[in-house]
Amino acid sequence: MSCYLTTPKHMNFYTAFGTVLLLLAITAPASLLFGFGGAMLARHRIAPLSWIGKGYIAIVRGVPDIAFFLFFVIALDQGIEWVKHKVVCSDWDQPIRQGNDFVVCAQAKVPLATSAEWIHESYAFGTAVLTFAIVFGAFAANVLFGAMRAVPRPQIETAEAYGMSHRQAFWRVMVPQMWVYALPGLSNLWMVLIKATPLLFLLGIEDIVYWAREMGGSKTARFTDYPHGDWRMWYFLALLVFYLAFTRVSEIVLDRLMVRLSRGQATAAGEAQRRADA
Amino acid sequence: MKNLVLSTAILALSAGLATAQTVRMGTEGAYPPYNFINDAGEVDGFERELGDELCKRAELDCQWVTNDWDSIIPNLVSGNYDTIIAGMSITEDRAQVIDFTQGYTQPDPSGYLVMSADADVKGGVVAAQTGTIQAAFIAESGATLVEFATPDETVSALRSGEADAVLADDAYLQPIADENDDLMMLEQQEMIGGGVGMGLRQSDDELRAKFDAAIDSMKADGSLNALIAKWEIGPGF
Repeated sequence: MSCYLTTPKHMNFYTAFGTVLLLLAITAPASLLFGFGGAMLARHRIAPLSWIGKGYIAIVRGVPDIAFFLFFVIALDQGIEWVKHKVVCSDWDQPIRQGNDFVVCAQAKVPLATSAEWIHESYAFGTAVLTFAIVFGAFAANVLFGAMRAVPRPQIETAEAYGMSHRQAFWRVMVPQMWVYALPGLSNLWMVLIKATPLLFLLGIEDIVYWAREMGGSKTARFTDYPHGDWRMWYFLALLVFYLAFTRVSEIVLDRLMVRLSRGQATAAGEAQRRADA
Repeated sequence: MKNLVLSTAILALSAGLATAQTVRMGTEGAYPPYNFINDAGEVDGFERELGDELCKRAELDCQWVTNDWDSIIPNLVSGNYDTIIAGMSITEDRAQVIDFTQGYTQPDPSGYLVMSADADVKGGVVAAQTGTIQAAFIAESGATLVEFATPDETVSALRSGEADAVLADDAYLQPIADENDDLMMLEQQEMIGGGVGMGLRQSDDELRAKFDAAIDSMKADGSLNALIAKWEIGPGF
């Protein structure tokens, strides 16, 4: 049994947990960045900029995740190759679209066909991270946009009365106070992001769902040293435990963060803390 | 100026590499004995050995890539890899989208895997993998078709009673029937395959010619037949 669980194939399975955690570790701050940018754009005083921000939020939130994932990743990949092709192979005389085929010159392949397999995998992972960040950034933008508006208006007016510029009032008064309003929405989003990581499987990345299905499938003795029946239920059970444990830990951490952020804020929770201390 | 020198150097370098052409071989990795992931986590099977030998003879540098069956043709066409070598039968429908090399197996009859010999494969429920010739066959035959993304799931569906039979390549089903007392093959077989070939982009004629020549040479010296016998793929050439 212990031999079975330590086959190189199982090592791939364990590494895939790392892949999922890495995806979360990169995607979460990246989405927050996209969200912050989107929210700032959406409430910009210059109308066209505000339209871009609002359009980003509305379009990406409105399109089903799976459709966006399938479309965007292919479009992004082909877009990058198309641009690179125009730059490095300007003397190429054949059309790029030949019937069903998307053909660029060998030097314009991203990554190059000669690259090692890990480069191909990192590239696929990178496009996945970017797609996740764009999708969840739109939701985060909506949350932050609301949170910025939730900061009591008199706070900003007071700041301006003290002579702060618009920018100073935004960065020094509004941003520090908005997090407490944003956190419930953002923590919700974090939970959804954790649960959305199996979408990696859809993008052809060998994540934990791929390996669970592959290794749980029944194996015949001719092709493996460890034949077994259909064990998918047990592998998926392991995934279930992993995801439940992970979301539970997240809940505990986020609750603590909420307590910390409420300190000294003009909210019900902040007021309750002040009374308890007094 | 520095940029110019650098880009010239890169161009020279990539031109140098182009002489040992790298070919990415796309396979499914879930269809023993054709292709599967072995205990070491690597692609293995009849097509792994065949592909490596073909690449050696064609003097190509080959890398193996796995991809889900569902999207294996779209990803070839958009250039994620250069060949499909995944037990894919040569059919008219597929030939409209991609090109095939000559077949490297004889047409392999498809068999029915069942739990009892009296299973109704004419009017009952038959499971097959999505996008296979077997799925297309059942859709026409009058039986009710249930499709699954992987071949393994079709066998699970049979075991759970969701389907009365599984229709797939004989070479895939036979080892499963041999090793499981509750499963057996029907006598009845369907001749629906046109032989298995490698799939390539229609714009890749040069590469297709290289693989065709390599398959010819393996047919001529009997090494292809040896591989077919070793992996029990069916009759040789």
